[in-house]
This record gives sequence, C-alpha cells and structure tokens, in this order.
Amino acid sequence: MSERNIARWTACATRGAVVSARRRTRLGGAVALLAAALLSGGALQAQETVSPSGLGRPLTDAEQHDRIVGPEGADLPPGSGTAAEGEMVFARRGCSACHGPTGLEGPSIALVGGDITTRSNYFPIRHWPFAPSIWDYIRRVMPYDRPGILSDDETYAVTAWLLYRNGIIQQEEVMTAETLAEVRMPGRDDYQQPGTWTPETRRGFRILTEP
Amino acid sequence: MKRTNRDRRRFLKQGAAVAGLVATPQALELAGGSAAAAAQTVVDHNALESVLYGKRSRFVTTTREVEGRSHSEQTLIRPHPHRPSARTPLAELTGTITPTPLHFTTQHHYGIPDINPDEHTLRVEGLVDRPLVFTMDELRRLPFVSRVYFLECVGNRPNPRAETVTGTHGRMGCSEWTGVPLSVLLDEVGLRDAASWIVAEAADGGKHTKSIPLGKALDDVLVAYGQNGEPVRPDHGYPLRLVVPGFEGIYNVKWLKRIKVVDQPYLSFQEHSRFLTPNPKTQRDAYDFGPNSVITQPSGGQELQAHGAHVISGLAWSGSGAVRKVEVSTDGGATYREAELAGPVLPKAHTRFYLPWRWNGEEAVLQSRCLDERDQLQPTEAEYARYWNLTRGQLYGTVQSQLGHCNWIQPWKVGRDGKVTNGLEPVDVVVDVHA
Ligand code: HEC
Repeated sequence: MSERNIARWTACATRGAVVSARRRTRLGGAVALLAAALLSGGALQAQETVSPSGLGRPLTDAEQHDRIVGPEGADLPPGSGTAAEGEMVFARRGCSACHGPTGLEGPSIALVGGDITTRSNYFPIRHWPFAPSIWDYIRRVMPYDRPGILSDDETYAVTAWLLYRNGIIQQEEVMTAETLAEVRMPGRDDYQQPGTWTPETRRGFRILTEP
Repeated sequence: MKRTNRDRRRFLKQGAAVAGLVATPQALELAGGSAAAAAQTVVDHNALESVLYGKRSRFVTTTREVEGRSHSEQTLIRPHPHRPSARTPLAELTGTITPTPLHFTTQHHYGIPDINPDEHTLRVEGLVDRPLVFTMDELRRLPFVSRVYFLECVGNRPNPRAETVTGTHGRMGCSEWTGVPLSVLLDEVGLRDAASWIVAEAADGGKHTKSIPLGKALDDVLVAYGQNGEPVRPDHGYPLRLVVPGFEGIYNVKWLKRIKVVDQPYLSFQEHSRFLTPNPKTQRDAYDFGPNSVITQPSGGQELQAHGAHVISGLAWSGSGAVRKVEVSTDGGATYREAELAGPVLPKAHTRFYLPWRWNGEEAVLQSRCLDERDQLQPTEAEYARYWNLTRGQLYGTVQSQLGHCNWIQPWKVGRDGKVTNGLEPVDVVVDVHA
C-alpha cells in the first residue's frame, strides 16, 4: 500500500499562507520583505529553504556536530589521533573498567582478537566491514554508561589503538578523516552490500505456484 | 471452575434483562440469585481506578511470556537492568489485533528510555535540500494515515519444536499504526538526486541504527506516534517509532530521533556481526518476510475436551502483501481444505482464518499453509531445508544464529487422548555456523 498519493500541501496559495505565518512569528521586517520578494519572484529559491508545510526548523550547531558517519568515511569530522594517545584515552575515559586494561580482560566483551565463526567473541573488531563505522559507533554509543563524552580527537585516538591492537594498522599510523577511510578491514569481503529494494522484486524463500 | 463462570455470566445477563438495566445487586436478587456473591465480582470494576482505565475480568489473566537470557547476554556487563524479551501469548488471543500490553518486545540492551515528548524531536538530514528538525507537535500537524501491519522479529521461530505456539511463533504481533508516511517527511526536506538509502537512528543509549533502501522508505514506511488508538507505549518506542511494513522487526526503529538520507547502506553495528552473517544467501533475504501461517487453536499444550464440533483457527500473514488463501490439513498435509478468512484481510497484516472440524477421537495432524497475493506459497520444512541445501539437523542448528525467516509449515499433533503436541519430528541438531 504505497503512501505516495496521500493528500498534502500542493497549492501555491497554501505555501504562501504558511510562509507569511512564519514571517510574522520568526522573521524581522527587512528579512520578511526579502522573503516575500523571493516568493513572488522566484518560487525556486523559496523552495530550497522552506518546507511545503512550512513546519520544521534548521539544525542547530550542536545538532550538526552530532553526526552519523558513513562506512566509507562520509561526514567524518576534522581531527586526528594515534594508538599511543588512544591507549591513554582508553584508561582515562573508563573504557578499561568494562573492557579491561588492554581491551582483552573484560569483564565485558573483549575488543581484541576473536573470531565470529567460533563464537569465541560475539563482536570481533576485525569483523567490522568498515573502519569509519567503528569510529562512528564509539563516538555515538561508548562509553556505554556515558555515551557521547569523547571528543572527536579522542575518538580518532581510541579507534587507532583498537585497530592497532587488532593488527589492522601499524602502531605509528595517525588516524584522520582521510587515513581512517583508507583502512581496509580484513573481514570486508565477507559482506555483500545489501541489494536495493522495489515493491515488485520477489525476494527470499518462497515457493511460487506459477512456473 | 469454568462452568461456574459461564453460569454466573448467564445469570448476570438474566438479572439485567429482568431489571431492564445493568446488573445491580437488586436486579440479581430479582433473578433469584445470590446478590452477595455477584456483587463481589462487580465491586472492583466500580472502583474509580477501573472507571478511569478499564480492567480485564479477573478471570482473564493472560500475560506475555518472558524469554530466558540469550548466551550473548550472559557474557556482557551492562549498566542498565536487563530487560528480557517477551513473547505474545498467541494461543489466548482472538481476531487480528494484538493488545498492546501483550505485544511481543525484544530484549532491550540499553533499557527503555524515558522520553518527554515536549523535548523530543525528529531530525531529517543528509542528502536533502533543507535539513529540518520537527517537534512532536509539528509531526502531528502533518498528513497521516492509520494502517494495520504485523511486526515480527527476524528470529521468530527460535525453537520450531517448542511445546506451544507462543514458544514457536510468539515473537510477533499486529497493530493499527498511526503516523506520518515517511514519504511526506522526505518531501518536506526535499531529496537530492544522489539519495538512495536512509539511515534511521534511535534515541536509546545504543543508538540503534538501521539502513533502509529508499524505495521502501518512499513506499509505505510510517513514522508512527499511535498504536492501537493510543500513543505508542514506551516499550514499543514512545513517543515515535518507525514502522517498516513486512520487513524484519529490527528495521522498525523505536524512539526514533533521526532520519539521515544517504547514498549507500551503512552496515552499522546492528547490521553485521550478530545480525548479518557472511552468507550471501542470507543477506539477500534480509528484508521482508515470506508467506506464513500457524494454527493457534488447537495448538501445542492444549487439550481437546470432547469429540465432535471444533473450530481450527489461526493467523496467516505475508511481508509481500495480502493473504490470498489459507488451506488447512487435518492429515499432516496429505489433503488440504480451504479455510474461511474471518476478515479483515489487509496487506502485510495478520489475517485470521478458521475451519470447522469434527474430531472423531482419532489421531490427527493439523497444519495450515498460506498463499499470498503474489502467488507465493508457504513451504514445508523439507522444501525449506532443500532450498538452503541443509540437512534437517543443520537447519535446526542454524535457525537461531543465521537464517531467520523460518516460514515453514507448523504441524500440531492431536493424540487419541485429546492432547495437542508439536508435530515436528525430533531432530539431532548439528551446530555448524558455516553452513
Ligand atoms: C559500562 C561498561 C562499558 C564501558 C565503560 C565501555 N564499554 Fe564498550 N561496550 C560495552 C558493551 C556491553 C558492549 C556491547 C554492546 C552491545 O552489545 O550492544 C560494548 C561494545 C563496544 C564496542 C563494539 C565492539 C564490537 O566489536 O562490536 C567498542 C568498539 C567499544 N565498546 C569501545 C569502547 C570504548 C572506546 C570505551 C571508552 C570510551 C568503552 N567501550 C566503554 C560496555 C562498555
């Protein structure tokens, strides 16, 4: 049941009305005049800044800094870190309390070594298909009890240390947006990119009654 | 015990009829019963609490069924109290809608976040013309739809030989969801040409993050704030969740806080390791569920009390669309008869079926199979194993860890004593994660 045909704001009149409501509440006089001029003169420019409903606000700076990083490094922020710095971050930021002083001892999961096929470790770092995803996960989710406290630099450093400890990069390699994106994970080829989806595709296991 | 209840109910009705009103103690006295005994059953429902928020009969005690901790759970140290998975008590339910408090929930590694809706926002960003942040109030001012969809864990059927239908199929439910179509929100922000996937992020500690193909996002995905007529409950994602009809449960991101439009699948934490295996066949299948059905009555653990008239009833569903036909066999699949669909028959929703049946006291094997609107037929266990090129032992060994989508036919055996048991033969499980 596709929802593409649902009723929405289509008439120009509606958009105009919504924008003038915004103008009253948000915009100062001069800007309002400009917005009105844009609306009457060039609908295209107006479309870029105002949603069809007129609802929603732009992201704040803080919100823009809270990002999801792409597997190949898209949206990695500036910054850098090395394994040596990362070892210190690991202790200073309390990662070791759960993962052990060298990332091996626990009491929680080991971050060094492990093989997914033997289930000796449920989350081997080596098995992540993309290195920037590890940065992304640590930045948004760790430390487990206080997620989000690491700075971008600290995250580069601790990622470098974990990659080094797992034998994926050399000890002295500096991790930045560029170098991290270039790291090739050993398990990368085990994964096939998920295929795309359309409503017409038949997928998965079904017996078709038709030949 | 059961008899007494039924008598009391009939008696209450008569009392009400005599008085031409509700069943007051006086009315009951007129009907010749013991007012004191009956009044006792009414009084709790007269309490203000019960007037404000209706209660079930004290004779209805159905609850979800709590699952044990998985092995991986036991090995982790977590700062939050563990919240276990709980299954839907399928055998006790009627119709197609799962009452929300009985709807299955998965284990929550990060606890259930306590979100103030006045502070909660949804941001839509990435490859869009204008990244925007919407408040809950704004989301409610956008066009919306109400749709009935089933929701199932990819790991449903964790133990195909479990004793009861709750044990075999309880990680699923069906609700009426109300919310903004994601296509409306994507129009609000304006898609850029490079857009081909979306990534949805949750507000819980684990920031559950899931990639969804844009084709699906634009098709029927909902950003839902309502479930069965009320706000989505906290353990289902209050105040906002994604509903991805027909897809594996893990796509239906709860406590939704961000949609990022991107140009490739992100394969983030929840999309590999435990959740995606290096098996190309499994990966290709990791979206929507095939045709499925299961008999809930009579089902494992129940007992037929008498020979004669019974009704076989159950649920059928498909991630590809509506159920076209359900067939029921009472002889283990040798012959099938078409079941009645009790309606409503909706796409990607649980559909109730039934077949009147006379039990003559002989052994019987009851099973159902679903044909969906795309002419896809539910497989037998043997057909399923053949498709994956696995022996039965290997199949059971990989059910939990890898395959998911276990939609093969479920037989229930009725013994001469009326006892109903799982009709799948015992198996020597071969654990081979490479299979
Ligand atoms: C309170 C305990 C705790 C603390 C402190 C903690 N972690 Fe974790 N960490 C966990 C748990 C538990 C998991 C598994 C998460 C899951 O299953 O969802 C995990 C998972 C991870 C993973 C993913 C491993 C994989 O291969 O999938 C990484 C990387 C990680 N932690 C790094 C860190 C870093 C770096 C720090 C310090 C900044 C840290 N952790 C602090 C408990 C903790």
